[in-house]
Amino acid sequence: MFKKITALFLLAAIICTALSGCGYEYADDLELSREYSREFAGSELNVYNWGEYISDGSDDMLDVNREFEKLTGIHVNYTTFESNESMYSQLKSGGVSYDIIIPSDYMIERLKNEDMLTKIDVSSLKNYGYIYDEYKNLFYDENNEYSVPYNVGMVGIIYNPTLIGEPEQSWRTLWDEKYRDMSLNFSNPRDGFMTAQMILGQDLNTTNKSDWKAAADLLKEGKDVLQSYVMDEIYGKMETGEAAIGPYYAGDYLTMLDNNEDLKFFYPKEGTNIFVDAICVPKSVKHLDAAMLYIDFLLEPRIALDNAEYIGYASPNRAVVENPDYYYYGNEILYPQPQDTPPVQYYHDIDPEIRKYYENLWIDLKLY
Amino acid sequence: MKTFSKIYIALMLVFLYAPVAVMIFFSFNSGASVWIFDEFSIEWYEGILFDTAMMEGLKHTLIVAVLSASIATVLGTAASVGILALRKKISRSFATTVTNIPMMNADIVTGVSLMLLFVFFGRIIGLSESLGFLTVLIAHITFNLPYVILSVIPKLKQTDKNLHEAALDLGCTPVQAFFKVIIPSIKTGIFTGFIMSFTLSLDDFVISYFTCGHYQTLPVVIYNMTKKTVKPDVYALSTLVFVVIFVLLILYNTVQTKSEQRRNSRV
Amino acid sequence: MNKKSFGNRLIAAPYLVWAAIFVIVPLLMMAYFAFTDNSGAFTLSNMAQIGKYRKAFGVSVLYALAATVITLLISYPMAYFMTKMKVSSQRMIMIIVMLPMWMNFLIRTYSWISILANTGIINTFLKWIGLKPLHLINTPGAVILGMVYDFVPYMILPIYSVMSKIDNSLLEAAADLGSNAFSRLRRVIIPLSMPGVISGITMVFVPSVSTFYISQKLGGNKNWLIGDAIEYLFGAGPEYYNVASAISLILMILILLCLAVMNRFSSDDEGGVII
Repeated sequence: MFKKITALFLLAAIICTALSGCGYEYADDLELSREYSREFAGSELNVYNWGEYISDGSDDMLDVNREFEKLTGIHVNYTTFESNESMYSQLKSGGVSYDIIIPSDYMIERLKNEDMLTKIDVSSLKNYGYIYDEYKNLFYDENNEYSVPYNVGMVGIIYNPTLIGEPEQSWRTLWDEKYRDMSLNFSNPRDGFMTAQMILGQDLNTTNKSDWKAAADLLKEGKDVLQSYVMDEIYGKMETGEAAIGPYYAGDYLTMLDNNEDLKFFYPKEGTNIFVDAICVPKSVKHLDAAMLYIDFLLEPRIALDNAEYIGYASPNRAVVENPDYYYYGNEILYPQPQDTPPVQYYHDIDPEIRKYYENLWIDLKLY
Repeated sequence: MKTFSKIYIALMLVFLYAPVAVMIFFSFNSGASVWIFDEFSIEWYEGILFDTAMMEGLKHTLIVAVLSASIATVLGTAASVGILALRKKISRSFATTVTNIPMMNADIVTGVSLMLLFVFFGRIIGLSESLGFLTVLIAHITFNLPYVILSVIPKLKQTDKNLHEAALDLGCTPVQAFFKVIIPSIKTGIFTGFIMSFTLSLDDFVISYFTCGHYQTLPVVIYNMTKKTVKPDVYALSTLVFVVIFVLLILYNTVQTKSEQRRNSRV
Repeated sequence: MNKKSFGNRLIAAPYLVWAAIFVIVPLLMMAYFAFTDNSGAFTLSNMAQIGKYRKAFGVSVLYALAATVITLLISYPMAYFMTKMKVSSQRMIMIIVMLPMWMNFLIRTYSWISILANTGIINTFLKWIGLKPLHLINTPGAVILGMVYDFVPYMILPIYSVMSKIDNSLLEAAADLGSNAFSRLRRVIIPLSMPGVISGITMVFVPSVSTFYISQKLGGNKNWLIGDAIEYLFGAGPEYYNVASAISLILMILILLCLAVMNRFSSDDEGGVII
């Protein structure tokens, strides 16, 4: 009996291993703008990215990681995080090492300040020229030494008019008693605070403790009305009509729209946060050369196109944005005309003492 | 009374299986939602094969479960024999305490304390990465060991000491006597310990979550998936796992019943 | 003879060393973190911060107690009725009760969302028959339900296994001496099944009080239970490890205290492993 059961388990393990290789059909017409050497075949590349942030082979699109593996023979070990803060924590603890991470602007600034990033030579990237100049030399990486832009975006409010009609185009709606138990807010501190800071008309990077306190008080006031604090759970909640209104990233709204065409979106009149998520290489990198190949691969017009269509965020890649076949070509939510663009602010890395202060305010908010 | 007890049991089973039924039902949903049903479809079952993350997770889980249960079974069986031979009160109470702690403690405390240990030592010896396959394996062995000991010790207490001494008198070496006399008489205990360890290891989420690093086991993969939109593919995989275990348990049960009947008829 | 038992004693050594390194040292490590700051200097400030979390502790204990009591109340009759079944059906029903335990607990919890959600199965049904929908999800009740559901087999199984060993002749003797069904239950069955009840309570209370998933998914993620706070803080970066360790340490002590109190109620020492 014992032997039989062990044999069964082993058999199951073998079947799983065998199966994990099949299923996806590789593209046979993958046009690339450069050669990818196979000299690093057999090595492993640890990639740490946001959830739902790469084309994964569903809906007849490319599975970016699998295509890269096929091309170079490098095994991509792909894991995801749900906030800049949790990514930072994993990296800082030293528990795990990564070769590629994709944090947002302010987190890149922090990682750079804490000497946690490896310098990369962007001139060695053959596809770097596709990146628009307006996304180069930004505050978090003035000399383009540490990062390559991956996506850009703004935060707005998604709502379901069949459930709540047309709300006022303000962050205030998230506090509105009318939408009790139907509204959501962010469950990460930086974005959560932003919603309150915008109402209060604050600088998002204020170093004034009383500003943060005022924002925290406002958040506390709105807590009772909310249904829930969420990150990517918002997809399910908005698509099924479980929740009726909530803030999220513009690109994700377009993805939700595919599953629930009732949903609508606006940028609140008070203004909003704009962000750049960029590809970086942490200090703990094990295969810098393989990582550089991967970065160049992500910039490939065909790869960037599938990623942009899958993820739904605005792309900093001209080969995507100027391609008339691009699904979101000229989309006014992703690429609004200057007159339709709300006042926007970037997050910056904040003095550690202030950061600790607002992080503790956030903890207080979540405690009974 | 009879009907009342039947109704009660039936109601409890409805309670126990309602979520399972929901899971199986929505795994056949053609839409992407797990609570609004569109049409019947098996596309998510096909989709599982596409999902490298889930398949890798499953592979990791099986490897860790098989290895940790085997190692814990060997180590734990040896420990049980040794613990019963301990004479000093202090060493006995030490053994009792270290066996009880992982079972009594909350998983989250076990998980974070092990993580602190691994990360701390990783930093001391300058590792760029302290969590991974080895640490999750160590963690699983650690929480499996008490369950092996718990199932072996009662069997050891039941064995007739004279048998062992008779074997020695008849010329067995102590090692031979151990394998020819003691092991066969505690076989069922060892087996129970192995199965319990395997189950616990397969199902563990909390301790793996804190100790696995890149080596994500299936529950950790599923946890990350439930942070995003849960699609019916997670349900499809769970349904498959459920069916496999169901079949295994039924097989195990019939085999056991048959062997018991055989034994009874021989008597 | 003496030599032999020395050899036997020695084979416990690998385990004892293993347990010392991976059971005792991690706990000492946690205590070390709890009483030091980021630079490693001794401090009591982490412990001083605990006051902030006292409500989270209180609510966690309260929810876990409620879940444990409800679980006990529904499991006890179940175990009792199971022992009254035919022996062959008993084994089958055991398997059926155990089977959901083999399913991933995250999935088990998650599928309750499908049932309880505002647009979920119960409310869809209520709307369909023309009743007003109920607010079920994101309530304390939903969290407690999740705890009860996830851990109920851990209560049924120990009670059942103790009860099924109660000697039938005891009950017959009690009946012959004139006691009715109720007093047989009160005087024979309940006292004799106490060890099972105690270990069931332990096995439900400990995971309930320390859970960090159920409340996030079924409770709306607005207020943390203590397990959620620990998870968040360990995820918020190494600078929070110290205070998180302090909370974990207190949680551990709290659990051990609860278990000690519980063991005082049990007549014999079945609470732990007897070696």
